[in-house]
Amino acid sequence: MKQDNAQTDHYLSEFARFGKEISRKEPSWLGDLRRKALERFADLKFPTTRDEEWKYTSVAPIAGTPFRVAASHRPNGISRRDLEHALFGGLECTLLVFVNGHHAPELSHGRPLPDGVKAGSLAEFLEREPGLVEPHLARHARFEDQAFTALNTAFLKDGAFIHVPRMKVLSEPIHLLFVTTGNGAPPVSHPRNLIVVEEGSQATVVENYVTLLGGAYFTNAVTEVVAGASSVVDHCKLQREGEEACHVSTLQSHLGRSSRFTSHAITLGGALVRNDVNSVLDAEGAECVLNGLYLAVGCQHMDSHTFIDHARPNGTSREFYKGVLAGASHGVFNGKIMVRKDAQKTDARQTNKNLLLSEAAMVDTKPQLEIHADDVKCTHGATIGRLDEDALFYLRSRGIGENKARSLLVHAFASDIVEKIPVEPIRTGLQCELVTRLPLGIEARGNP
Amino acid sequence: MLEIKNLRAKVGDREILKGINLKVKAGEVHAIMGPNGSGKSTLAQVLAGRESYEITGGEVTYDGKDLLAMSPEDRARAGIFLAFQYPVEIPGVSTTYLLRAGLNAARKQRGEEELDAMDFLTLVKEKMKLVEMDEGLMNRSVNESFSGGEKKRNEIFQMAVLEPRLAILDETDSGLDIDALKIVAGGVNKLRGPDRSMIVVTHYQRLLNYIVPDKVHVLFEGRIVKSGGKDLALELEDKGYSWIEEKVAGA
Repeated sequence: MKQDNAQTDHYLSEFARFGKEISRKEPSWLGDLRRKALERFADLKFPTTRDEEWKYTSVAPIAGTPFRVAASHRPNGISRRDLEHALFGGLECTLLVFVNGHHAPELSHGRPLPDGVKAGSLAEFLEREPGLVEPHLARHARFEDQAFTALNTAFLKDGAFIHVPRMKVLSEPIHLLFVTTGNGAPPVSHPRNLIVVEEGSQATVVENYVTLLGGAYFTNAVTEVVAGASSVVDHCKLQREGEEACHVSTLQSHLGRSSRFTSHAITLGGALVRNDVNSVLDAEGAECVLNGLYLAVGCQHMDSHTFIDHARPNGTSREFYKGVLAGASHGVFNGKIMVRKDAQKTDARQTNKNLLLSEAAMVDTKPQLEIHADDVKCTHGATIGRLDEDALFYLRSRGIGENKARSLLVHAFASDIVEKIPVEPIRTGLQCELVTRLPLGIEARGNP
Repeated sequence: MLEIKNLRAKVGDREILKGINLKVKAGEVHAIMGPNGSGKSTLAQVLAGRESYEITGGEVTYDGKDLLAMSPEDRARAGIFLAFQYPVEIPGVSTTYLLRAGLNAARKQRGEEELDAMDFLTLVKEKMKLVEMDEGLMNRSVNESFSGGEKKRNEIFQMAVLEPRLAILDETDSGLDIDALKIVAGGVNKLRGPDRSMIVVTHYQRLLNYIVPDKVHVLFEGRIVKSGGKDLALELEDKGYSWIEEKVAGA
């Protein structure tokens, strides 16, 4: 346990250094929040594989590296052109760029938004309009028992703040691009996003994580989504970071009456990735859709944890996660659905399908249903399989080469999750990216 | 065009083909009949290149080439087509995509120019009429949630588009009602020609009322035990396969 303390101590001393940088204009409630969160982190420490929620994912590479909080400086030398590869052709959107966790206005661009809609840097809103932020910030993403959320909350500084007042429809998505430049001492950033969509409104938000110069670093992101009554919120999380990146994130959504929240989580990059997607259906008739795709090659480790909390009656949830695992990669899916006593007439469905493309690749899948109401409809299913040899032979018997047939089948397996993304340029861009990233099924046998 | 000499194949420890001899000339239609388990489907799959069967002996020449040395895709590009007994469902891959990729792979092999989307569409529309295929099925995933009849029709439709030189129809009649059978057989007949050979594998004589073969072979326990003209099929229909079984046992 000594080592744990050393690891935790590193962040405590980082916090002391970080404290000096914090703006003096920061509201006092935020200071209290930070201290509480830091205390919780010091108590909780980094999770280990003895912890049930982290059984299949060792965070030793994160805990063992003395990551430094990335300094807030202007992103010298980074230009819009450097970001082209991470953006999507033809996508009309408000773009907010964050470099090493800090908002970079010179790389961002706005588009006309409906009256009263705010979309910008959380740091700025904390300074200018803290009253808009305070009622929601850290009210949903619990840090009491989540070490990484506690760490993020202690160090929270910047990220996106989006506020859509009642009855407004955003016709274009808001695109949040998080760029990390990993050269030099390995940096850590703690992006913190808060998305509040009030009654009857509609918004699509894209969180896009990429690496610019490679190298090792750690991203520890937390996003809170508050979906008001009858609102419609689509959230896309694209994880396309470099091969040395560690990435831990929590997407915490709180769903109001008859609201509809959809999450699309596409995980392609990073060395060690853990995504928690949690939804609380906290009013009657809420609808939650969680779609996910993880595609791991080489030694990538990707862990998707989801938790759907049906707290009120007549809620609906649909969850569909797919994994493609090649090389010596490791995938984890842990999907929990809780139906509380009060949540009668809940209709919940969960599916997790995995495709293993090599002998060394592995996946741990664990669906969990916990039902306390007696009039509900809940189903879940998980499969782990290899490429369908019959389908492969069928394609080859029509003249399609073996390697092409294999990649065609893998792509067909993975692409239906991407197809569900409602933003056309992103869908098209990701489909192309899938083709270049997709490994061939098992060892190719030399036929073109 | 095709010559099979003493072909033997096994799956696991079980020998299924125990020395097949067969010669198919250009333009001929051969029917292969036999009771269930006699090796008919195995023969069809082995000819198409299915790797789960182990070839333990014999040889197969196709247009003078060693067919057994070729990969399934090379066989397809060289003009061999298998209409599957159980067409496979392939979610996420449309029939249009499958056929265009397959057709262009073959054209490339022959040194011909690849068809662009427009030319391909024209070709496809023309061929769809042959088997009365619904255009909507083309853009759906291959065979996914097709009815049994639609799947079989889709096989013949693919054959029409790919224009093989040797088509192997593996129990294309099974599970079809009489109307669907007539449509499928009609499609097959329109594709008959002096340069195209066919091997029609079937359990029942009924299909051969519509696709009249030049030769009929009876496969039994992995060997061709009797060959004849189209009348042999009628004889089998009358007497059943037990007649052959007794003959083989008595010999």
